[in-house]
Amino acid sequence: MSAITTDLSATELSKGANLSSWLAPLIVVAFAYIVVPLIGGSYLFEAILLPFLALSLAGVGLNILTGYAGQVSLGSAAFMAAGAFAAYNFNLRVEGLPLVASIVLSGIVAAAIGIVFGLPSLRLRGFYLAVSTLAAQFFVQWALTKFSWFSNDSASGVIDAPKLCIAGFEFDGAVGRYLFALTVVVILTFLAYRLVSSQTGRNFIAIRDNEIAARIIGIPVLRTKLLAFAISSFIIGVAGVIWAFAYLRTVEPAGFDLDRSFQILFIIIIGGLASIRGAFLGAALIVVFPLALSRLGNFLLGDVFDSGVLDMSQRIVLGALIILFLILEPDGLVALWDRVRRRLLLAWQSS
Amino acid sequence: MIADFDYQFFLEVLTGGLLSGVMYSLVAIGFVLIYKTSGVLNFAQGALLLFAALTFVSLVERGMPFALALAVTFAVMVALGIGIERAVLRPLTNKPPITLFMATLGLSYIIEGAAQLIWGTQVHGLELGIEDVPLEVGGVLVSQFDIFAAAVAAAMVLLLSLFFRYTRIGLSFRAVADDQFAALAVGLRLPLIWAGVWAAAGLVALVAGLLWGARLGVQFSLSLVVLKALPVLVLGGFDSILGAIVGGLLIGASEKLAEVYIGDYFGGGIESWFAYVVALVFLLIRPSGLFGQKLVERV
Amino acid sequence: MPISSHAFGAIEASVYAPEIFAQGLPAAPRQAHEEPRQLAAEDAAPLLSLEGIGLSFGGVIALAEVDLSVRPGEIRAIIGPNGAGKSSLINVISGVYRADRGHVRLNGARYAQVPTQRLARLGVARTFQNLALFKGLNVLDNVASGIAYRTRSNFAGQILGIGRSRREQADQRGRADQILEFLHLTGVRDRLAGTLPYGLQKRVELARALVAEPRLLLLDEPMAGMTAGEKSEMAAYVRAARDRFATTVVLIEHDVGVVMGLSDRIAVLDYGRKIADGTPDEIRNDQRVIDAYLGVASENEEGAGI
Repeated sequence: MSAITTDLSATELSKGANLSSWLAPLIVVAFAYIVVPLIGGSYLFEAILLPFLALSLAGVGLNILTGYAGQVSLGSAAFMAAGAFAAYNFNLRVEGLPLVASIVLSGIVAAAIGIVFGLPSLRLRGFYLAVSTLAAQFFVQWALTKFSWFSNDSASGVIDAPKLCIAGFEFDGAVGRYLFALTVVVILTFLAYRLVSSQTGRNFIAIRDNEIAARIIGIPVLRTKLLAFAISSFIIGVAGVIWAFAYLRTVEPAGFDLDRSFQILFIIIIGGLASIRGAFLGAALIVVFPLALSRLGNFLLGDVFDSGVLDMSQRIVLGALIILFLILEPDGLVALWDRVRRRLLLAWQSS
Repeated sequence: MIADFDYQFFLEVLTGGLLSGVMYSLVAIGFVLIYKTSGVLNFAQGALLLFAALTFVSLVERGMPFALALAVTFAVMVALGIGIERAVLRPLTNKPPITLFMATLGLSYIIEGAAQLIWGTQVHGLELGIEDVPLEVGGVLVSQFDIFAAAVAAAMVLLLSLFFRYTRIGLSFRAVADDQFAALAVGLRLPLIWAGVWAAAGLVALVAGLLWGARLGVQFSLSLVVLKALPVLVLGGFDSILGAIVGGLLIGASEKLAEVYIGDYFGGGIESWFAYVVALVFLLIRPSGLFGQKLVERV
Repeated sequence: MPISSHAFGAIEASVYAPEIFAQGLPAAPRQAHEEPRQLAAEDAAPLLSLEGIGLSFGGVIALAEVDLSVRPGEIRAIIGPNGAGKSSLINVISGVYRADRGHVRLNGARYAQVPTQRLARLGVARTFQNLALFKGLNVLDNVASGIAYRTRSNFAGQILGIGRSRREQADQRGRADQILEFLHLTGVRDRLAGTLPYGLQKRVELARALVAEPRLLLLDEPMAGMTAGEKSEMAAYVRAARDRFATTVVLIEHDVGVVMGLSDRIAVLDYGRKIADGTPDEIRNDQRVIDAYLGVASENEEGAGI
């Protein structure tokens, strides 16, 4: 009985926290729109915020598939590439197509490819499925390199991003591209949040937690899995567009290799599976830590710490981080964050 | 089309494919060993292979005799295997398989980084003393090196099967593979056995690393041969040594044949994904692979 | 506040199920099920019948020539020692396994394999021997997922929150709340299912199965691993559920004592064969059952059910 009583009070607490659960993201978004452009320098935008936004969005996308629906994918970078190259081609080949339409269409293309490579999930599980998603990774990368039509016959498949123009307004310079990326990420993240708290999102979780039980209570397992692949790929595809159009401006298929897929997987492991916030926390860590490591290495070791050494130590630290999180904090940065916040709250209440 | 079909050429391609398939099998066996006994899909197998080859080459280059370098590398690999088991996998006991898989993914990053940090990133040549002069066998030209590699792989498989069948520790490996709880109940010491398995996987990595290193040169991309082994595993089942061998042969042969006969229709370079497509199509027909155990869903 | 809502739930439930109050009183359950027995009319057409079911796994025979008929409204127990094939039988009825021989007749339709995906629409719900809740969802959403198959809005509508999807969600949660109240689970409504104690998780599974108001409810060892007190509580809930929703119940259980008091008819399996079938009194006096099962029951219960 006592357990039930304490739990009810926890419920009351969470109802009280409901307002703040909307307030906090609103404050963050307002800060990102108003304060950041005023105080940030171009290094902050170019080297940190733009890759952070693109990778966060990719993390949100992969989290829907892997974190919520429980289908492990090792081919995320392929869907980023598909999105980026599709948007490039829509923009290039369809006269007068608005940029927004190109982006939506490129998401749809990525979603379609996602469904095709998601088909094995109807019969395969676990490792078998994870390995089969590698097929997407290698096939898409190969096709984009092999057929120069995709890159308008440029050398080694390099594409250049078009101007970012929406309704006559040009998102120019680092700040402009940041605001463009921010807007896309905010919209899609909001929709993703709505999705995971809807019936469809709960169906994803049900299939992840117990597929047989889900099937028996009548959740359409096959359709729901394919939907997870489609929605996830759509979001990752758009993240690819941001990566190519807003962040790098010039990309080639080799930039969307297996390491990129792993990077996105690492983001959601470190950030926290099945958490929208987790994708952002994980992406922040993944983007910031190499920069910090390079500063630190230079400071401590000086010239010995060249780019080769940096590259290797990055791999080592990243690998160690993954393992440490899996062992010590399997629910990721989000769990860590919540614990710290709760403790601060308690300390504040008791004082 | 049929009239000018060059049978001789076909045989040569097929043989070459089968022999390179043996090399795939060699990598895949390392996976199977660990998967069978601990249920971990060890993505770091490729990194281990790179680490072994790089360590061996660097020791030889520093003037160490061949045999001694081999022994030292073997010792290092065993120590590494046991260390991995201790530091990474034991704290993760009873975690879902996919968590363990991701841990080995992180592990592969650490090992790759460490190997190159210690031994450098340049490409090393590796000479095993086998001439790569083509031999003519029954009118078909075959690479001498490939035959050597195949022979080593065969010897290795034979050794492992004997080990599993006739030694005490080998039998306990199999007991653990069949039922961990039962093995625990009859007093087998799981940590010891897992350490043994990881040591064995280290040995397989060493052999595979030397053969692959001799063919491709010892460099970072050596760890990518893991990507060649994965479709083999999917085809043969993660828990079957026989499957790893047959799967390797099938993948090797179909990949080479496809590259030669239909590759041109795709503009070449299809070997990066063809094996995966073969494995996928096969799996859609037979979800548990060639020899993998059919799982009965328990609810 | 918590206490009053809990008490309210109990009063509510008592209106539908007076037996709820009888839990713990050993004499009461027998009295209470005199009346429902008339409900399960002796000569009514069976709701479910198994005809000559045979099933084997790689040479091991799990079920052989099993016939079983279940009348509308009755509580039908299947008992037997470990490995007797009880769970296989439930899995055949719910289509998780396909029988090698024989067929399942459900509502007059004949199936070689019951279509699992359509099970809920056929009015069949089940629970699982090992907990099969969705650990990442709270109790309310777990229970609401039991009627998710009725959802007609699509994901886009749900994201945008347009009329139908809102109505559906409110309706499903409302129904789930009613069931939670009925099974005295309102207090844990917002907890993650995976964090509940074992006994409560079992009850949440029952709630998830009941929310669809199934015609046929399959319970796979609903009391396994419970204390004696929890068992009689669960028995009372099962009976109350049958009475309130006019649900037919097929249940598998190890604990012969609980089954005797709860069921209208009992089938006994041993080594995949049905060795007896009848009322609790008949089963109690059947020599073969005594030999095969009851005779060793006290030994068996030590390790069984866990």
